[in-house]
Amino acid sequence: MSKSHIELTINGNKVEALVEPRTLLVHFLREQQNLTGAHIGCDTGHCGACTVDMDDMSVKSCMTFAVQANGANITTIEGVANADGTLSVLQEGFRMMHGLQCGFCTPGMILRAHRLLQENPAPTEDEIRHGISGNLCRCTGYVNIVKSIQYAVAKINGTPFQEAAE
Amino acid sequence: MNDQTKIDADRAERTEKLQGMGCKRKRVEDVRFTQGKGSYVDDLKLPGMLFGDFVRSPHAHARIKSIDTSRAKALPGVIAVLTAADLKPLGLHYMPTLAGDVQAVLAEEKVLFQNQEVAFVIAKDRYIASDATELVDVEYEALPCIVDPFKSMLPDAPILREDIQDKMTGAHGPRKHPNHIFEWMIGDKEATDAVFANADVTIKEMLVDHRTHPSPLETCQSVASFDKVKGELTLWGTFQAPHVIRTVVSLISGLPEHKIHVIAPDIGGGFGNKVGAYAGYVCSVVGSIVLGVPVKWVEDRMENLSTTSFARDYHMTTELAATKDGKIQAMRVHVLADHGAFDACADPSKWPAGFMNICTGSYDIPTAHLAVDGVYTNKASGGVAYRCSFRVTEAVFAIERAVELLAQKLGMDAAELRIKNFIKAEQFPYQSALGWEYDSGDYHTAMKKAMDTIGYKELREEQAKKREAFTRGETRELMGIGISFFTEIVGAGPAKNCDILGIAMFDSAEIRIHPTGSVIARMGTKSQGQGHETTYAQIIATEIGIPADDIMIEEGNTDTAPYGLGTYGSRSTPVAGAATAVAARKIKAKAQMIAAHMLEVHEGDLEWDVDRFRVKGLPEKCKTMKEIAWAAYNSPPPNMEPGLEAVNYYEPPNMTYPFGAYFCVMDIDVDTGVAKTRRFYALDDCGTRINPMIIEGQVHGGLTEAFACAMGQEIRYDEQGNVMGASFMDFFLPTAVETPHWETDHTVTPSPHHPIGAKGVGESPHVGGVPCFSNAVNDAYAFLGAGHIQMPHDAWRLWKVGEKLNLHK
Repeated sequence: MSKSHIELTINGNKVEALVEPRTLLVHFLREQQNLTGAHIGCDTGHCGACTVDMDDMSVKSCMTFAVQANGANITTIEGVANADGTLSVLQEGFRMMHGLQCGFCTPGMILRAHRLLQENPAPTEDEIRHGISGNLCRCTGYVNIVKSIQYAVAKINGTPFQEAAE
Repeated sequence: MNDQTKIDADRAERTEKLQGMGCKRKRVEDVRFTQGKGSYVDDLKLPGMLFGDFVRSPHAHARIKSIDTSRAKALPGVIAVLTAADLKPLGLHYMPTLAGDVQAVLAEEKVLFQNQEVAFVIAKDRYIASDATELVDVEYEALPCIVDPFKSMLPDAPILREDIQDKMTGAHGPRKHPNHIFEWMIGDKEATDAVFANADVTIKEMLVDHRTHPSPLETCQSVASFDKVKGELTLWGTFQAPHVIRTVVSLISGLPEHKIHVIAPDIGGGFGNKVGAYAGYVCSVVGSIVLGVPVKWVEDRMENLSTTSFARDYHMTTELAATKDGKIQAMRVHVLADHGAFDACADPSKWPAGFMNICTGSYDIPTAHLAVDGVYTNKASGGVAYRCSFRVTEAVFAIERAVELLAQKLGMDAAELRIKNFIKAEQFPYQSALGWEYDSGDYHTAMKKAMDTIGYKELREEQAKKREAFTRGETRELMGIGISFFTEIVGAGPAKNCDILGIAMFDSAEIRIHPTGSVIARMGTKSQGQGHETTYAQIIATEIGIPADDIMIEEGNTDTAPYGLGTYGSRSTPVAGAATAVAARKIKAKAQMIAAHMLEVHEGDLEWDVDRFRVKGLPEKCKTMKEIAWAAYNSPPPNMEPGLEAVNYYEPPNMTYPFGAYFCVMDIDVDTGVAKTRRFYALDDCGTRINPMIIEGQVHGGLTEAFACAMGQEIRYDEQGNVMGASFMDFFLPTAVETPHWETDHTVTPSPHHPIGAKGVGESPHVGGVPCFSNAVNDAYAFLGAGHIQMPHDAWRLWKVGEKLNLHK
């Protein structure tokens, strides 16, 4: 199959590549770029494990062709940590609030949360729940994911966050 | 500050530094998982690796007339196409199942369920492999199929398993029909029948625990890499039980076990789906052996939902007999178990119906009888324990629905009926009528705490008012209060009654203390999200006084980890957790000898103090574990082996019996059938608590899966055996929007036989949660004379209940 030339920015790095027109973005990222943080959970756009940030939007990379990312600016989970290598406030929130278990949905969930907080810097719990409803988690029951995002919101906005006692 | 206060403060500080048992230690795993640096099977990329994909049957039951692979083989990039004809000379077209049956790896003469594996295409990449599956021409002759298990044993039913049709004795005794798998019975039938014949009150109901699927977010997958020169196979895969997989691969391939390296890397959830051995694993192995290069196989979601290991499908005729005042005298259950086309249940070998005989639940029921008939149908095989110990969700669903139905018939409050029949604290260890010895429990205390916290009395009052208002036409909302008081049976198990393929269900831990006092420990279990790397380290930290942060836990590599039976049935804490404590205590005993030598005192003159041994009465004369570790390698006592390590293979003396009291308050709109969970309160007693944060997380997750199963999740088939809804479009996985808020609570009744008193918790919320939701729904409609409403309780079905009750006027 003839290949298309694409140029894009991934986690701040310029990337050039040849891809088949039918290559999905998630396969391009995982197999050609070795960025295996985006996961494939359903192949049909329902689970959100493959979520990446593309041109300031949350995108399900299993529903996007790599050629559609030509010229785009993409952030994957590998590009989320702080420049000094420490966990970003969202990553820290997920760890502190036990917002993950098997870790399979986590990269997509964190990237979705990242975009949600750009869209709405002070979301209510209900807004968080709706905001992440395109991302499925089988392990946590979401309570702690919501808390993880609230932890990050509090830290970013300098507002108090109190972990609810059992 | 006086001396004692100072000592206490110092000890508290040292204890806190350990991050041992009982603290909410943050997870070690999360540092890599939050950065996308987990290492899952599909992340693996090996030089020259090929990709396999299946050709699957569109029919539920059909004869294969011919398979023509020539068009597929001609496609550029396709390396090989395997069919049963290729596997048969190797004896690999069938593989043994954990239940004593055989299962087709690739269909030979017939297909027995839709999406059954027919051919395996191996190509240069996954796109080409997928293209080529469409170029394999298979000619089928459709046959009449059986979807309804009640039709399996009819005299004129089509014979499904022609490969074993003459074998009238199966792995579990005589077969009554070619489509019959086994009959399993336990209890005193005569005595039970006699009680029922003379009982004041009886109830009888067909309770269906419908077919569903564990559906972890990561599907099943494997990478096989065979080194032809060394004759060694390395197999990476989504294995909840990697050592068992190694033994199975050795048995079916003939490769010696020491030349098989099975590695389970990070696993994206399991929930029972990743216990068994699947055709994809076998085909990736065969592909790699034949071609001499690595072969990867990755299921897509449709394949996962429709082929690898469904759960449940138990049709349980459940009866209780009781006195007029509500004392339960006997229980009688008959189960028709739909196992699909092959008996591939993942149960301990001697237990074809798992631990279904825990179905007398939390109640002191003196007499009981249980019979289970397993049958073949034209559906996918499986019957795995979906987030529960073997068939325990089914058992708890049966008893917890049955007590509600009995309460209704007696006109008694459902909580009061339960309390009246609870096994009392002083009755433990308790011998159940169906053969178990419950280790410990305090049900009355747990129930009282739960009822007080939820405000049970007030809720019933509110419900009574709402029912009156509904009757008067003032509201269209029904209020249901669901109760579940479950007893689980986990931690399989004692060798006398638990084995898999003849291997006793022990588990293991190997702990090595390095000279500088840091630790590596390896277990026979395998985490799939439970946080083992965090919690096992906490056990070791408390036992030997080395900070958890200095302890690395490693699982999943069968070359380095001691043999273990894996993680499922909530067995990691009860079995491998016990092995960890016992191995740590061996180290501590040796450390004490070394410390005595160092301090020039007798061992008996020493006492343990958090992280050190000190001389009794002379607390300043002490040696820390770190100092002892160095001495173990540098200057051990004369006649003592250097080094400081231990291994333990722990065979549990008994199962553990976690329990809990769950309450659900639900409001249902009768006109739409939409059910809203207003409150869900879960009190769990899992014995000693290792990490409360992780326990709470496990409870949240288990409740969410229970919510899914009870309220909508289902693997359904139409009459032609077409699987309906094998994608996330149709298969209900709750999002953050539908998922209720969870309130958690606990009591602590340690297990008397477990070294640290822990019982296991991962599956309790699922087991207890399913009947709690169903009871809430049933309770909402009960006063309208609805009778038992079968799960799943999605809005459409609840709307139909309203139709049937003529509520939509």
